Amino acid sequence: VRERTSKTRPVEVIDWPAAIHNALKSQRVRQVSYVPDAGHKRLIELCHADRNMTTVPLTTEEEGIGLAAGAWLGGERAALLMQSSGVGNCVNALTLAATCGFPLLMLVTMRGEAGERNPWQVPMGQAVPEALRLGGVRTLRLGRAEEASAVANTAAKVAFEEQSAVALLISQQLIGVKSFEEKR
Amino acid sequence: VKALNRREVVASLLERRDGLLVVAGLGSAAWDCTAAGDHPLTFPLWGAMGSAAMIGLGLALAQPKRRVLVVTGDGEMLMGLGSLATIGVRRPGNLSIVVLDNERYGETGMQKTHTAYGTDLAAVAGACGFADARIIRKNTEIAAVRSSIYRGRGPLFFQVKVKRDSLPLVLPPRDGAHLKHRFREALLGEKAAAQ
Repeated sequence: VRERTSKTRPVEVIDWPAAIHNALKSQRVRQVSYVPDAGHKRLIELCHADRNMTTVPLTTEEEGIGLAAGAWLGGERAALLMQSSGVGNCVNALTLAATCGFPLLMLVTMRGEAGERNPWQVPMGQAVPEALRLGGVRTLRLGRAEEASAVANTAAKVAFEEQSAVALLISQQLIGVKSFEEKR
Repeated sequence: VKALNRREVVASLLERRDGLLVVAGLGSAAWDCTAAGDHPLTFPLWGAMGSAAMIGLGLALAQPKRRVLVVTGDGEMLMGLGSLATIGVRRPGNLSIVVLDNERYGETGMQKTHTAYGTDLAAVAGACGFADARIIRKNTEIAAVRSSIYRGRGPLFFQVKVKRDSLPLVLPPRDGAHLKHRFREALLGEKAAAQ
């Protein structure tokens, strides 16, 4: 995709959700569960369109932790997509990762960061890194589109090769800020 | 009608279990499964309440040629009620859930659960799209439940009304990593190490 900046210089716009999808594919992730977020819209669509992936919409994020544990017991790798507000819903289920050493790969789109226009998103969003740390989940940060492939691959390797719990936090800066203006 | 004995129900479901993969919800359901015989292809939970059905879903999707049975209690199932809707989206034909419903939180002092106040879990499962979902009250129905679990087209849901008795604890191993490894080695063999 090419867009033009105000100086009319062509710049390459990196399709970071596609880069994450490719990383999940190359890491043999078969089950992808999610509670939707606008920031995950394209990645969810790519996973739905991928015949080698089973997508599982969840009613609440903690379900995805059980799903990932069951997938691993059955010999498959899973990933869990959510918005930062869903991290709080996961806390007790993280016991599975902590006590059993189940791999867990969480992809978290951040709210409550720079530019946030909804104050109700701020408390949970700001608490996410600490909440995950307290739950025994390592965090990695994705702030720039060009790093998406490398960081997503690293996160998947940490989860599955080290059998540990890892969350890739995708910065609000990368996703864009929700405007709360009517779409026309 | 005399309420069913939970240990006898679980024993009859798990005897001659062939390749059945079992997830046992925390508390009495896990003790019941262990009383029927500790087995590497049973994954008993000691925590993560509300997760049993979802672990069963992940396992059933990963192993479509094997039968998967979740055995759990009414309190544990109530905590993961949304997972019935999630299972209803993917509807794996190889997944069954048996809820041993004594209408009490047995591990915490026998407080009433929502089923004691009338919550019909089977109706919820049916409304979520399970292929069959029913309440079981009689011993004579257990053979048909067993047959469905091993051969029927799922997802299946059986809410088995059981007696409110406190039975001797029969505890599975506590080490979660051990429970995970032994399950994967028994199911996947050499591939378990290859991740």
